[in-house]
Amino acid sequence: MIQADLTVIIPEIVLAVFAMLALLGAAYTGKDRLGPALVWATAALMVILGVFIATRDIGTSIAFGGMFVDDGFARFSKVTILMSAAAVLLMSQDYMSRRGLLRFEYPLLVALASVGMMMMVSAGDLMSLYMGLELQSLALYVVAALRRDSVKSTEAGLKYFVLGALSSGLLLYGASLVYGYAGTTLFAGIIQTAQHGDVSLGLLFGLIFVISGLAFKISAVPFHMWTPDVYEGSPTPVTAFFATAPKMAAMGLFARVLHDAFGHAVADWQQVIALLSVLSMFVGAVAAIGQRDIKRLMAYSSIAHMGFALMGLAAGTEFGVQAMLIYMAIYVTMNVGTFAFILMMEKDGRPVTEISALNLYARREPGRALAMLILLFSLAGVPPMLGFFGKFYVLRAAYDGGLAWLAVAGVIASVIGAFYYLRIVYFMYFGDEGAELETNASPVLWGFLMASAAVMLLGIVNMFGVEGAAAAAAATLLQ
Amino acid sequence: MDNILSIVTFVPSLAALILVVFLRGDDEAAQRNAKYVALFATSVTFLVSLGIYFEFDPNDTGFQFVEQSDWLLGLQYKMGVDGISVLFVMLTTFIMPLTILASWNVTVRVKEYMVAFLLLETLMLGVFTALDLVLFYLFFEAGLIPMFLIIGIWGGKNRIYASFKFFLYTFLGSVLMLVAMVAMFADAGTTDIEILLTHQFGSETFSLMGMQVVGGMQTLLFLAFFASFAVKMPMWPVHTWLPDAHVQAPTAGSVVLAAILLKMGGYGFLRFSLPMFPVGADVMAPVVLWMSAIAIVYTSLVALVQEDMKKLIAYSSVAHMGFVTMGIFAANQQGVDGAIFQMLSHGFISAALFLCVGVIYDRMHTREIDAYGGLVVRMPAYALVFMFFTMGNVGLPGTSGFVGEFLTMMGAFQVNTWVTAVAATGVIFSAAYALWLYRRVVFGDLIKESLRTIQDMSGRERAIFAPLVVMTLLLGVYPSLVTDIIGPSTTALLASYDTALTAAETANQLASN
Repeated sequence: MIQADLTVIIPEIVLAVFAMLALLGAAYTGKDRLGPALVWATAALMVILGVFIATRDIGTSIAFGGMFVDDGFARFSKVTILMSAAAVLLMSQDYMSRRGLLRFEYPLLVALASVGMMMMVSAGDLMSLYMGLELQSLALYVVAALRRDSVKSTEAGLKYFVLGALSSGLLLYGASLVYGYAGTTLFAGIIQTAQHGDVSLGLLFGLIFVISGLAFKISAVPFHMWTPDVYEGSPTPVTAFFATAPKMAAMGLFARVLHDAFGHAVADWQQVIALLSVLSMFVGAVAAIGQRDIKRLMAYSSIAHMGFALMGLAAGTEFGVQAMLIYMAIYVTMNVGTFAFILMMEKDGRPVTEISALNLYARREPGRALAMLILLFSLAGVPPMLGFFGKFYVLRAAYDGGLAWLAVAGVIASVIGAFYYLRIVYFMYFGDEGAELETNASPVLWGFLMASAAVMLLGIVNMFGVEGAAAAAAATLLQ
Repeated sequence: MDNILSIVTFVPSLAALILVVFLRGDDEAAQRNAKYVALFATSVTFLVSLGIYFEFDPNDTGFQFVEQSDWLLGLQYKMGVDGISVLFVMLTTFIMPLTILASWNVTVRVKEYMVAFLLLETLMLGVFTALDLVLFYLFFEAGLIPMFLIIGIWGGKNRIYASFKFFLYTFLGSVLMLVAMVAMFADAGTTDIEILLTHQFGSETFSLMGMQVVGGMQTLLFLAFFASFAVKMPMWPVHTWLPDAHVQAPTAGSVVLAAILLKMGGYGFLRFSLPMFPVGADVMAPVVLWMSAIAIVYTSLVALVQEDMKKLIAYSSVAHMGFVTMGIFAANQQGVDGAIFQMLSHGFISAALFLCVGVIYDRMHTREIDAYGGLVVRMPAYALVFMFFTMGNVGLPGTSGFVGEFLTMMGAFQVNTWVTAVAATGVIFSAAYALWLYRRVVFGDLIKESLRTIQDMSGRERAIFAPLVVMTLLLGVYPSLVTDIIGPSTTALLASYDTALTAAETANQLASN
């Protein structure tokens, strides 16, 4: 029994044990001198685990009496999480060590956060859900405040912590209500309670609180207030991390709770999710217009993108989940490339985040500007970039799910959103002489930027098989 | 040559890729190489596309040169041409080498300029050859990106405003079409245009938020597509992006915009709106006809008072596109044939007029009409060419402009006399603004000091105009060249349109009985 359970969670155990051993080892030996080596080691381990999970064919396995579920859906999310976390770690190494930020705890905290995320997407019980969520959040609170001597960074960490604690409280309260009315914390049990048509008012109440808590984690409007400040205050590599893996994990968890636990109450949560979706899309699109700081802009951009991903979820169908997974995979890839570009924005060795500093960037660095151009149009959802296909999938899902109004609202929001992506293009290509950004950059960043842009263009041929994988993943979630 | 359409479509972008990857530096040699590569690629594209033209069988009303393979999500990569689209493909490949030649004097970021134009050619050709809804949308929308950059980087003083307006205006129009496409995909279960052409979309009246929607789903789909194509066309009152874009775009950009990009709207009406949503089109036709009539008269009057030559021609383009929509929504043989003819003819004439402006703009760097006068003294050849195309624009018999206007009015007359009467006054206005422009720029005494040393057209410029003159004249005196090719396809289109309308009417009558 125990042995079988442990076999299922091997990847999580390996990563957790590695993080703890490395923490102890580094604390007693080299401390921060080991930082770069640990970054590479952690990233390598994550990639290995990612490949291991991707090739592991164990069907749907349930461990610990249903508290931990390892199915195609979980594996798809885990691979995305691990790969993007590894990418972000590699991108941050150069940036952080040059600024003396690369403490040895950083890669290990990211690893622990990743363990929490893997736990989240595999949760089959409200308890394991909360455990994963908190493990992830605690690690994230710390990395947000990694730059201890910076007011903005500590403020970001504190803000994130206080508001995160509030949302955890909401979620916990909801979970307790669900437990009270369903009599069990197991998703498999909850779904049976809700099976007989009508859902009791108490259960519904609990569901709403759980949704609120989760909406905070994916920064859906109206639970988004923390996002711009945290994105701006945190060191840029940490921001890149926030924008990728945790978003995927929280969306995965969202889908799991809605379908595994409340799959028979689609009509009850559909309108709520649709409302979160439409608000996120519009607030994300409108609020980003006035931003002068590219990190804040990306914060609002991620809010808008979460709105689109939620659109897939709101459909409440298997295709909707597939669309959401595809959207998130594309979103994560785009953001890795975009943040690689933002990490390259430097002047006299200091990071620059004002958009206006990009003036006439295209003339000095045509290659990088072109890659960023592709990414920006992809973020805006303009064909033929892959970002358009992400939008197409969720629109299709929303329409099939009977939410045609949501699809119309979504495309209108995407037009508003296109404006601020175009503004960056405007600075890069049409602007006047301005601040001269440095042109040398680490080959790692350059590689990630180019690879991400290439994926956006070449992916339209067959999406590198992600479509089929996402379909299989969605099928296991809604069986 | 089973995949000749793909070859024609992607040769320009292949050349663009070569330029991006292999051409380094921005010195004179690199600039020259970029120009020659672009000219070579567009010329090869034109020559290969001649194969399509000669192999095309006009009597086959189905799609020809079809290529098909599966793609994501049940979409397809499917291409093909019929009588309606084949001439637009030819127009595109014909115009592009001329625009590259017209850009010979560009000195800023030449490589990027050529890459943008080459990519634009691929995307425009893709629009006319795509036989899958989403593939069509892909090309249709992606064309905005290079055009946005062309206006924004190489444009005039107010280029930022114009480029943003161009992009956001047309993007907003198109996204509604995207939702409609999703709805069609869900309804018909396929995005194959060939199958969709035979699919009957629901036309039962239903109420939406308390409003009775006559024509039901078809009307909604029609309106969504209409939003996109009307902006692209552009139709009054959503035409305001066009004068801005034209004025600020570089000469070659204006040429492509007027000659090809505007035609996408008309092509879209013929490919989607009319055959796929006949009931919706029938419901909306009177509105569209009146909008066309207003467009013709209103924009002609606006053109009369313009101070900027490009703006004047831009407004005249809107007026001419009014004839096109009028012809299409007359929905009879003369009207539709005339509309296609008018689009092709406008492709040559407006391109030439913008090139005419470009010739003197290159010399004087102003487009103010008042800055010129008496050019005939120093530039006799230019005066002749400009005169010829002014006459074409007015619709003088013997030029291609006449045939299109005449046919569309003949078609519209059978449907709505009043609309045609109003539109006919537009013909007089067009003569007024075009001739007045010509008089102020070319005739009169050469009194401006700055014009005393102006040079007549160079050999390169003459070479650009020669094919345009030939085409305008040829189509003017021998219009069957076009109508023979499009005729069978438009007949088939209208036959199925009428059948679908009758079928829907009987169904509705049965339902009400």
